[in-house]
Amino acid sequence: MTTPQDGGLTTVLGRLAHRSVTPAPTLPPPGRLASPGSRTRAVTALAVVAVFALIPLASLVVPWVLPGPVDVLNSAGTLDVLGLCFVFAGVALGYDVLFGFTGLLSFGQVLYFAIGAYGLDITLTVWNWPLLPALLVTLAAGLLVALVLGAISLRGSGIAFAMVTLAFAQVGYYLIEDNPHNLTGGDTGLAMSAARLPSALVGVASTRNLYWLALVFLIVVYAVVWLVTGSSTGRVWLAIRESERRAEVLGYRSFPFKLASFALSSLIATAGGIVYLLLVGTATPDAVASTTVTISILVMVVLGGAGTRWGAVAGAMVYVYLQQYLLKIAAEPSFGALPAVLRVPLSQPSFLLGALFILFILFAPGGVAGLASRVAARVSTRRRKPQAEPREKPVE
Amino acid sequence: MSAASAASLGPAVDVSGLQVSIGGSRVLAGVDLRVPVGQVTALLGRNGVGKTTTLRALIGLLPSAGDISLLGRRVSGWPTHRIIQLGVGYVPEDRDVFAGLSVAENLRIAEADRDADYDRVYDLFPELRQRSRQLAGSLSGGQQQMVAIGRVLLADRPLLLVDEPTKGLSPKFVSEVVDVLERVRETATILMVEQNVHVVRRLAQHVIVLDRGVVAHAGEVGDLDDETLARRLLGVSA
Amino acid sequence: MSTFIAITISGLALGAVYFLIASGLSLIYGLMDVLNFAHGVFLTLGAYAGWAVAAHLPGLGFGGVVIAAAAAGAAVAAVTELLLIRPLYGRPISQILVTIGLDLALVGLLEGGFGSDSLSITVPGWLTAVTAVGGERIPNGDFVALGAGLAVLGALTWFLRRTRYGMIIRAGAENRDMVRALGIDVGRAFTVVFAVGGAAAGLAGLLNSVVFSGALVDPTQGDQLLIFAFIVVVIGGLGSIAGSAVAATGVGLVQVYVTFYAGSGAGLAQLGNVSVVLVLAIVLLVRPRGLLGRTA
Repeated sequence: MTTPQDGGLTTVLGRLAHRSVTPAPTLPPPGRLASPGSRTRAVTALAVVAVFALIPLASLVVPWVLPGPVDVLNSAGTLDVLGLCFVFAGVALGYDVLFGFTGLLSFGQVLYFAIGAYGLDITLTVWNWPLLPALLVTLAAGLLVALVLGAISLRGSGIAFAMVTLAFAQVGYYLIEDNPHNLTGGDTGLAMSAARLPSALVGVASTRNLYWLALVFLIVVYAVVWLVTGSSTGRVWLAIRESERRAEVLGYRSFPFKLASFALSSLIATAGGIVYLLLVGTATPDAVASTTVTISILVMVVLGGAGTRWGAVAGAMVYVYLQQYLLKIAAEPSFGALPAVLRVPLSQPSFLLGALFILFILFAPGGVAGLASRVAARVSTRRRKPQAEPREKPVE
Repeated sequence: MSAASAASLGPAVDVSGLQVSIGGSRVLAGVDLRVPVGQVTALLGRNGVGKTTTLRALIGLLPSAGDISLLGRRVSGWPTHRIIQLGVGYVPEDRDVFAGLSVAENLRIAEADRDADYDRVYDLFPELRQRSRQLAGSLSGGQQQMVAIGRVLLADRPLLLVDEPTKGLSPKFVSEVVDVLERVRETATILMVEQNVHVVRRLAQHVIVLDRGVVAHAGEVGDLDDETLARRLLGVSA
Repeated sequence: MSTFIAITISGLALGAVYFLIASGLSLIYGLMDVLNFAHGVFLTLGAYAGWAVAAHLPGLGFGGVVIAAAAAGAAVAAVTELLLIRPLYGRPISQILVTIGLDLALVGLLEGGFGSDSLSITVPGWLTAVTAVGGERIPNGDFVALGAGLAVLGALTWFLRRTRYGMIIRAGAENRDMVRALGIDVGRAFTVVFAVGGAAAGLAGLLNSVVFSGALVDPTQGDQLLIFAFIVVVIGGLGSIAGSAVAATGVGLVQVYVTFYAGSGAGLAQLGNVSVVLVLAIVLLVRPRGLLGRTA
């Protein structure tokens, strides 16, 4: 159940990836649900899913905390925001596969999110295709681009890889902004035509259905990620994260595994982009292709706790929720009465989230999941062995 | 320094309960050792047993648990540069000269204060004066070792930690290095990791042998005459 | 032909700005293994500091503006290193992440304080004037940028080769532990390196807004420029100042040539930028370590 630990030799990548972000998670072996601990977790997960599934049916008045303009639990505003939370939770989960599990710091997954959103948008709106071919072609495009660009990017290691992914994503942003052949609508974006969509996804009742669609997306992604990361492939990924050289010594050629991780993460992002478009109805470059989105996803995963799956989900949900909620608060009249020194920073979600991010990195690098497991370790009667911590003082 | 006056001063190195883990495996599991002042002590043991790890832990390049005192001061938890400033010289196992800097720069960077004794270093290693502008990366192994040793001799350092000074050197350089260390031991305490038993015999008065993460034997160099002991602890015949 | 010269000078000027940023990034990475995303904010803050001095202390002249930009960059960089980077020793990915967080937070703050609109820097007339060179009119700003780039290259080289601190930085980039083992506090060198990188970045931010953005300053300028600086650093080779210089020149020229000679058809406006990324991809395929990079 423990991940392979390297002896003395670690490559730079392994050293970079391993040391900082989170203590190595203990993965249950395939064919799990054996231990009571994981059974509790499964029950909790099912309960959470059930609660979220039922929200659209609950016309409860909940003061203060809701992000939409109306303080009713199943109002359109709330459902929209929650749907967005689910979409980004899925995308963040995909990113966790790449960063948290395989140890590859990529700044370019937003490109595939954009391919998903704009791909579906263009096929449906500009080319007027039926829904199913549009979906399939978009997904295929995302996968294909991921394989090609991933193969190139992975030539560099560590920092070089990260920079190249950033560069490719930036090119995507530029191309979209450029509006070649009037396909993308440039800066103002492209509104999706609903002509080819099933009626369930359009019109008055659609908010609820789209909400459930987003939730299903998240569940499917989670299931896939859970299965793959728990499989032997997942263990190779963890080995690569710890030390690429060691994984190769054990007989694994790391490149195909890294590429597979990259492709899976990108495919999930593409699917996320598709659901995003259905949910929001428009694709704009700033919302789906900019580096701001990349950074947001990274922040979500690290805040939640990289390499823990549910951490990424939690991080994304908190991030998107906070962002919307803070914007709502900043628009309140009582907020405008605050002195500028307070008002300016508090009105900027980026500032608050960035500051929160910094605090977490300094003091809680394992993210929310890390904090939660520390609390659980203290509370549970069954003492878990503390992570073997060789450091008595911080290494300089 | 005579053995009698040496005994009256505290040990130059006093370690108890030193534990070091690397990458999850415990390398040193509670090392206790004492290095007497003014003498040469050889740190011996099989390959990979943790001799280099011990030296690096002493100067804080590796995180460790336990009590470490150097030159009478408790240095556990100190940052490396503060430990060195007490008067410690470190000659690492693979020379670790700065390849992109010239010989002169490699020496200059090691100047501890304004009274750097270049005469002493060039006296011991005349070749360094001729090659002072040459990039250290283009030197031979032996010449790099001269730089590595020379730079700790620019100032008076009472304690020298030397890691396999003759490793990979041609016989000519080996004897040059041994000559230099013989001269240096008159004014400094030396703790030396060394695999070459002949060098050990010539330079050291004391020996400490590591085995399985702890000190297995601490005594005089004459102890190595015992064949069974030597073979058991070192895997060599002395 | 004279058009070609004008374009070339423009490309070299752009390259100079890239070099100013890339050199700091390379220096920091070379010594500390930290990829500093907050560099973009140092750029932006430098530009804003320049704007503030130009607007409120006009008596100091353009020289004062330049100094303010560099000083602001240096100050913010030093504080960043002391408060955020230092506590995260031994955790390089966390260090990178924390600079990302700083970038996010500070850009948000600037947008809150100044709005996303651009501010205008008052610049002396001679800066926006043009000089005739061989029949072409070349903006003086290009010469200033080029001059700044060369001056910083010279100053950095002098600093690294002829001062004790520079020697410590060069040695530390090779082997930090050994520098410590010689009794030197590398931590101080870290702060110095961050400050130097920050100063160059502040200067670059000012030059970028004055020379290439019509004397306008906005909160996201720095980040947009930073991406190209990263590309330059990777092409040139992480940790190599000379590599940054070569790559910066190349990237600047490629961008300008392609943009000019490709014309202005629909969808081609970004060809210059796309070509740069193409160069990056090619370099990476052929020489993964970059042109003059040291081993990772």
